[in-house]
Amino acid sequence: MSDSSANKNNSPSKGMTIHLKIWRQARGAAQGKFVDYTVKDIQKEMSFLEMLDILNEDLVRKGEEAIEFDSDCREGICGTCGLVVSGVAHGRHAGTTTCEIRMRHYEDGDTITVEPFRAGPFPIIKDLVVDREAFDRIQRKGGFVSTNVGSAPDGNAILVPKEAADNAMDAATCIGCGACVAACPNASASLFVSAKISQFAWLPQGDPERSRRALAMIGQMDEEGFGDCSNHGECEAVCPKQISIQNIAKMRREFIRAALRG
Amino acid sequence: MTGNRVLDARIPAGPLADKWDRHEMDNPLVAPGGNRRKFTVIVVGTGLAGGGAAATLGELGYNVLNFCIQDTPRRAHSVAAQGGINAAKNYQNDGDSVQRLFYDTIKGGDYRSREANVYRLAQLSTGIIDQSVAMGVPFAREYGGALSNRTFGGVQVSRTFYARGQTGQQLLLGVYSALVRQIDAGTVKMFPRHEMLDLVVVDGRARGIIARELITGEIKRFAADAVVLATGGYSPVFYLSTNAVNCNATAIWRAHRRGALFSNPCYTQIHPTAVPQMGDYQSKLTLMSESLRNDGRVWVPMNPADKRRPDQIPEAERDYYLERRYPAFGNLVPRDIAARAAKVECDKGKSAYYSPQSVYLDFADAIKRLGRNVVADRYGNLFDMYKEIIGDNPYEVPMMIYPAPHYTMGGLWVDYNLQGTIDGLFVAGEANFSDHGANRLGASALMQGLADGYFVVPRVVASYLAGAKVSTVKADHDAFKSVENESRQHLQKLLAIKGKRTVRDIHWDLGRTMWDKVGMSRNRDGLLEAISTIGKLRESFWHDLALTGTDTDLNKQLEQANRLCDYLELGELMARDSLMREESCGGHFRDEHQTPEGEAKRDDANFAFVSAWEYTGPGKEPVMHKEPLVFENVELKTRSYK
Repeated sequence: MSDSSANKNNSPSKGMTIHLKIWRQARGAAQGKFVDYTVKDIQKEMSFLEMLDILNEDLVRKGEEAIEFDSDCREGICGTCGLVVSGVAHGRHAGTTTCEIRMRHYEDGDTITVEPFRAGPFPIIKDLVVDREAFDRIQRKGGFVSTNVGSAPDGNAILVPKEAADNAMDAATCIGCGACVAACPNASASLFVSAKISQFAWLPQGDPERSRRALAMIGQMDEEGFGDCSNHGECEAVCPKQISIQNIAKMRREFIRAALRG
Repeated sequence: MTGNRVLDARIPAGPLADKWDRHEMDNPLVAPGGNRRKFTVIVVGTGLAGGGAAATLGELGYNVLNFCIQDTPRRAHSVAAQGGINAAKNYQNDGDSVQRLFYDTIKGGDYRSREANVYRLAQLSTGIIDQSVAMGVPFAREYGGALSNRTFGGVQVSRTFYARGQTGQQLLLGVYSALVRQIDAGTVKMFPRHEMLDLVVVDGRARGIIARELITGEIKRFAADAVVLATGGYSPVFYLSTNAVNCNATAIWRAHRRGALFSNPCYTQIHPTAVPQMGDYQSKLTLMSESLRNDGRVWVPMNPADKRRPDQIPEAERDYYLERRYPAFGNLVPRDIAARAAKVECDKGKSAYYSPQSVYLDFADAIKRLGRNVVADRYGNLFDMYKEIIGDNPYEVPMMIYPAPHYTMGGLWVDYNLQGTIDGLFVAGEANFSDHGANRLGASALMQGLADGYFVVPRVVASYLAGAKVSTVKADHDAFKSVENESRQHLQKLLAIKGKRTVRDIHWDLGRTMWDKVGMSRNRDGLLEAISTIGKLRESFWHDLALTGTDTDLNKQLEQANRLCDYLELGELMARDSLMREESCGGHFRDEHQTPEGEAKRDDANFAFVSAWEYTGPGKEPVMHKEPLVFENVELKTRSYK
């Protein structure tokens, strides 16, 4: 028996019908609009993006332009995908990216709206694809330890308490998807920026540049036009990596510490 | 067809342990400051190899142009590596050493890799950990503050460093941090959402690339003094693989068409532990890290007819086939062996309840021994991922897994300096062929990516620039104009087909052929059939491809079509290479060449060589050249994990 025959054995015969309202916007257009689509035979095990793949194939077969959306790893780690699904960044299922959503969370006949991440500093490129380069520009200002290859001491030369390493890792799991910005009423990038500042603040390797980093990254965040944090907590709720809002508190302490030291 | 080009690997003379040091000493340098700024280096790819090389060349003061197809360099596919990175630190005092890591890697690769390259890799491994720690990579640590290790397949020491199940992500973010620092310093100019369409060769030297800006569709020329390709592997030739959906072979394949020889394309790694296939709508397969085999036990029901749920199958009616067949390594045999063993059981009809292509990976004993919390701490994120996909809770119901295409050991041929058969063209990371032979050990891809990126590429590119006396070539050179035109015409040709079959539809068919005939086991008839089927698929592609939109806009269907036309050529070369290699080794298993116990049977007398294929034109049979493998430091043995 050939291996690929497994597919057929597992495919249930009949799937769900799902109605979609998807944001379409031509490149360079100032405005877009919702367009209605209906997809049939959607299996519970399918991922949300696989449903969009199928819709795109139907569109191309009909001679229509496919809906553009970003995705890459399709397992929740690269941070490329990001859609607002029925009003919630990455959908209402906690702790997952858009690509990890499975259709088992939906019922036959459901209507789902699909929009891009909306925020002033994330301009829409086309359809559901947005420009998140503002995040890179913030990172450039201090999201690193200034050490050149070749200059490192032995990996165990500086011991790091397990708790500090674990806390740094909790912050470092940020995938830079931008859901925090899309969910925030102020379009603040505080959760993203604080995760990076916090990661380095927990580690002895990050200590020498602690003040400079906090001031520079926060400064660039403001310059990009991201709003202020007013503790709504929406960012933490949608974060696919469940980065804690405590990082924002830590970022504030880092900022004050740096500002006081001048 | 066999050719007779002499492939000089330029391996430095002297004892194995001294080769790299001696080479560093013997090679010319470029003095710091203005001299380095005069040289421009193109680096394609921003994963561990590409991003690491770009950042490090920037630190050294070269003028670097760095390209990636993603919207930001932090999303390169290295990000998805889960389990860990090997290094011969011997922090565990369990007898590890550079020599042992070298030996394990050569043996793991089934004696089909180059000794000198592998030894250098083992030597450089320790510096990678030091560098990554200094950059703030939050590796797992013990309570005393020291770095923690875990064990991976194919070895008997504990040398794998890790950051939960996200080691690739953390190492890539380390690379990305070094990269953004150089971008801010102005030494690296970053081109995100740019895809290389072709290589420009002038007077026999790689002098630049043609790239397409994916947002606007604009096709641009970039000239340089050297070109580094670090664009990853070609697993998506199988359509379903653990790779990201945009991973592609276009950069290396177009370089191949311009004269770079392609080595060992048939060496592909089928990873033993991925979530089983579900339906024909699927876009990818999800990997479950090899680290799970540290604590999980692999089994199938003894009786093929037994389709009960796993909790109803008593201990005595389970076959822990890896522990039975390989008592010395048990569940931690190398990937190729674990993958094939799963197929053998499933072919006998023994499988998990979910599908005829699935086996159990059971954590019940580990939870009993360690407690649920410890297991959750080690594998929690993987268990969550699994539960979301399959719907079962792996803390309670054994996980189900099946092998999936994951990594490709083959790639562009390179010499010891990672230079391809075109002068000035360097190939790093998974894109080259050099370090893993016929099978890569777990946690060694990250090691190779960073060894190449941080240490080897910066050094060998500098030597090339210092010694090559490269003339000035600018992007207005005729060669650039003509390659740019070819690239544009190629895309327009794709859009003009206006057929009925979608890219995905054709790619799916290619993938099924590759999986069934050029997958975990291969035979002569199947391979001949694959070559003929792929030829027909190419016809179908060029006559019946359906595309919409234009080439002057963001058009991901067009991007995928452009990549698929290369896979349709590469797939055939993989089948030809498999057909030529009348032996079984590592990930390449020919049904005709096995021992009575069903183990791979190598033929060192006739096949201890690297194949290096030459492109001879569209539709023409490629020519194979050989680089003999010389083993001076290890004795060729039959690999045994029993």
